Amino acid sequence: MVAAGSRRCDFAQSDARAGHSRRVAGNVFGWSLTIALPLLFLGVFFAWPVTALTARGFTGVEGGIDLSGVAEVLTNPRTWRLVRNTLVQAVAGTGASVVLGLPVAYLLYRTRFRGRAALRGLVTVPFVLPTVVVGVAFQALLRPDGWFGFLGWQETLPAVILALVFFNVSVVVRTVGGLWERLDPRVEQAARALGASPWRAFRTITLPALTPAIASAAAVVFLFCATAFGVVLVLGGAGYNTVETEIFRRTTQFLDLRTAAVLSILQLAVVVAALIASGRARANRERALHLQHEGITTHSWSYRSGADVATAAATLLIAGGLILTPLAGLVSRSLRNPDGSWGLQNYRALGTTGQGNALVVTVWQALAASLRTAAIATMIALTIGGMIALVLSRRPRRRAVRRALGLFDAVVMLPLGVSAVTVGFGFFITLNRPLGLNIDLRTAGLLVPIAQAVVAIPLVVRTMLPVLRAIDPRLREAAATLGAAPGRVLRTVDWPLALRSLGLAAGFAFAVSLGEFGATAFLARPDSATLPVVIFRLIGRPGAENYGMALAASVVLAALTATVMMLAERLRSQAGEF
Amino acid sequence: MQTRLRALGGAIIAIALTASLASCGDEEASGHDGTVTLLTHNSWAVSEEVLAAFEAESGFTVRHIPLGNAAELTNQIVLTKDAPLGDVVFGIDNTFASRALDAGALQTFIPTNLSASATGYVLDEGALIPVTRGDVCINIDTAWFAEHDRAEPQRIADLIRPEFADLTVVLNPATSSPGLAFFLATIDLFGEPAESGWMHFWIALGDNGVRVAESWSAAYRTEFSGSGEGGTRPIIVSYSSSPAFTLTDDGQATTTRALLDGCFRQVEYAGILTGAGNVEGAQALIEFLVSPTFQADIPGQMWVYPIDDAVELPADWARFGPLADTVYGPSAADIEANRDNWIDQWTQIVLD
Repeated sequence: MVAAGSRRCDFAQSDARAGHSRRVAGNVFGWSLTIALPLLFLGVFFAWPVTALTARGFTGVEGGIDLSGVAEVLTNPRTWRLVRNTLVQAVAGTGASVVLGLPVAYLLYRTRFRGRAALRGLVTVPFVLPTVVVGVAFQALLRPDGWFGFLGWQETLPAVILALVFFNVSVVVRTVGGLWERLDPRVEQAARALGASPWRAFRTITLPALTPAIASAAAVVFLFCATAFGVVLVLGGAGYNTVETEIFRRTTQFLDLRTAAVLSILQLAVVVAALIASGRARANRERALHLQHEGITTHSWSYRSGADVATAAATLLIAGGLILTPLAGLVSRSLRNPDGSWGLQNYRALGTTGQGNALVVTVWQALAASLRTAAIATMIALTIGGMIALVLSRRPRRRAVRRALGLFDAVVMLPLGVSAVTVGFGFFITLNRPLGLNIDLRTAGLLVPIAQAVVAIPLVVRTMLPVLRAIDPRLREAAATLGAAPGRVLRTVDWPLALRSLGLAAGFAFAVSLGEFGATAFLARPDSATLPVVIFRLIGRPGAENYGMALAASVVLAALTATVMMLAERLRSQAGEF
Repeated sequence: MQTRLRALGGAIIAIALTASLASCGDEEASGHDGTVTLLTHNSWAVSEEVLAAFEAESGFTVRHIPLGNAAELTNQIVLTKDAPLGDVVFGIDNTFASRALDAGALQTFIPTNLSASATGYVLDEGALIPVTRGDVCINIDTAWFAEHDRAEPQRIADLIRPEFADLTVVLNPATSSPGLAFFLATIDLFGEPAESGWMHFWIALGDNGVRVAESWSAAYRTEFSGSGEGGTRPIIVSYSSSPAFTLTDDGQATTTRALLDGCFRQVEYAGILTGAGNVEGAQALIEFLVSPTFQADIPGQMWVYPIDDAVELPADWARFGPLADTVYGPSAADIEANRDNWIDQWTQIVLD
């Protein structure tokens, strides 16, 4: 990102010195490249594979278009049961994540207190845990003999939604918190001084200002909930199915591409409708905000403030009940030796290949592979995602261009809304010598970080965009009026502000790559398996030692993720002076 | 002119970026004559020294690519049959074999060193060569029944009796490969007409409070009392070799046992892909997979039985996890013709 960004700026800057016509040409070229490269990337590694696989579903045995599957699938009542399940699950998961995420965002991003960085890290951990491990952890809590067995939620919709909220509350906290912590508090203070109640001031001043970030977060969470796979399989029970799990079954088990294609289109329709709704909500509310340095916007936590106390209580409840309890169960179980006594035997076993050689590599080797893969994936995601965010943050005057940008915005979110199975299987029929290159990309090790980057890009965009968009355009106009070339405006106005969200975006991208399982599990990995793949494999083998190792490895993965997120946090507060 | 030069420069940068992205994978992707590419399911494992010995002896380097579970592996082979991902596939089992064979994804080759016990399992004149076998059977937590002072079921048909209500866990055949295997065994065991045969069994089992899990691991870990993870049900679908992994502390006895009266024999095959780039290497690799060295390595690495019955087994296996004498299951052709339909029917009976 840094290299690509500064290179673009240099182009534009030299243009400025060389005269107006060339400046315009260079500017147009710079923007064209910024638009073309992400489109090329997403085209080759997302749109093409998905389209190709879906097209096979609509191709008859003798060739030619065969649409017989459409009527058959759409008239099947089972299909509509799947759609209903998917919608209920996604709406409930998103609603609960937003409602629970807001008080936590306030506490962690508007107030200062000892241990805040650690708490921010903790809240993010669930997001990147392997779904398999989370499924098993929640199931252990909810079964009849578990701590929460009295709820009777085993294999029910509430269990699935609870796990989805566990995963996604951090998306809301971080996306909303990122904007909230730089929102000028003085407007709300003025409202209070004029006699508004705290609730009224929040509802009429702060909430509208936060709406773009809330809509962004809700869109991402909705996509995650609508396409959730691992937790649904483990926690929903055998009778509970969604469009996503059915696409998986039809594709991987039955190779019934005809039904899968129709279901994929249905899923796409749901996702696109959600994106349009979210885009509307953002567009209605989006405007330039007075962004301020953290030092001004935050205050020391105080027991005298009702909002501080209430959000602290809510955060304690959410962090303690929803996040810490399953994690505590995981950690305590990982400290149980295979013979039932307490100790570190499971952790010592991480240097081995497991009971009966369950693994090809040791867990530490898998960890190294995970870090390598995640580093490459993060670089790709930041480069492509940063370019997209920059393009989307512009507000061109022409209506047609604005429309095109809106469409672009929706398109880059699609990777979150399309089944990993469709992308993964699509890779296999499209990436043999793509674009005339003489390599079989399907089995090249690079495909794993690329697939992870495709999943991470929407998150990078959504993390950076609210901050970039909230930059007052008058700042740019003022700089331009004073004679700054477009490149210089970018470098001195956009860049310092973007940098702050870049750290966070990098943390997210890295964490997502570390925990990614769906696509990674499908793709060829000639070198070494990643940590989530190894954990899944250990869970799939008999022997208490292997299960113990899987839990210890999950704890290591969780700790690593928390550390990465805290580093990203620190990077941000150092770089973000403006 | 300058503008055009600049545009050209930009285009070169774009191409260079794409190429550098591509070149990262290049070194791994290029297949020269000395490399043979092996596609497997995720459970593939081999001792390092055994594989190294093959590479040293044959002069071929093995490049290994895991491709998901058995069903995913098979379907990917079928999807990519016009441009195969490698030379040899290992891990297609007898519940999916016909799909790969019917698609024409494999070419025939019978290794000269194939053991006598393996020849009977060869499919389509050598398109698929058997490598491993394992029996999917009901497992009983005998310790649980002793502790609760209750009689154990003695055969699969007992599971629908009221005294065993709410004690059984089975696996969804739509998502689990041992689940499909056990389901196929019941189809053969209870037979047609379905209404009084296999369907009757599953309806009765459903009425008797059976629990359905999506995968073997989820079931064995969280539902089965015998795994020591706090599960509550003492009857589960697993493998005949599983009791060898639930030994008492002194290793002299096991706390679970398999019901051997209705097992399905899962056979895993290897084959050479149509359009393989390195046929010579592929043939050498197939010969290696059926050789006594590799066959003896299988139990300790992949937890299934070698296809070659002359190979010596680990002592615990012979003692606590023997294969069944008689196994059940429809023919491969029957499976291919009816698999999806059977699974849909099963879903309606048990889940919907």
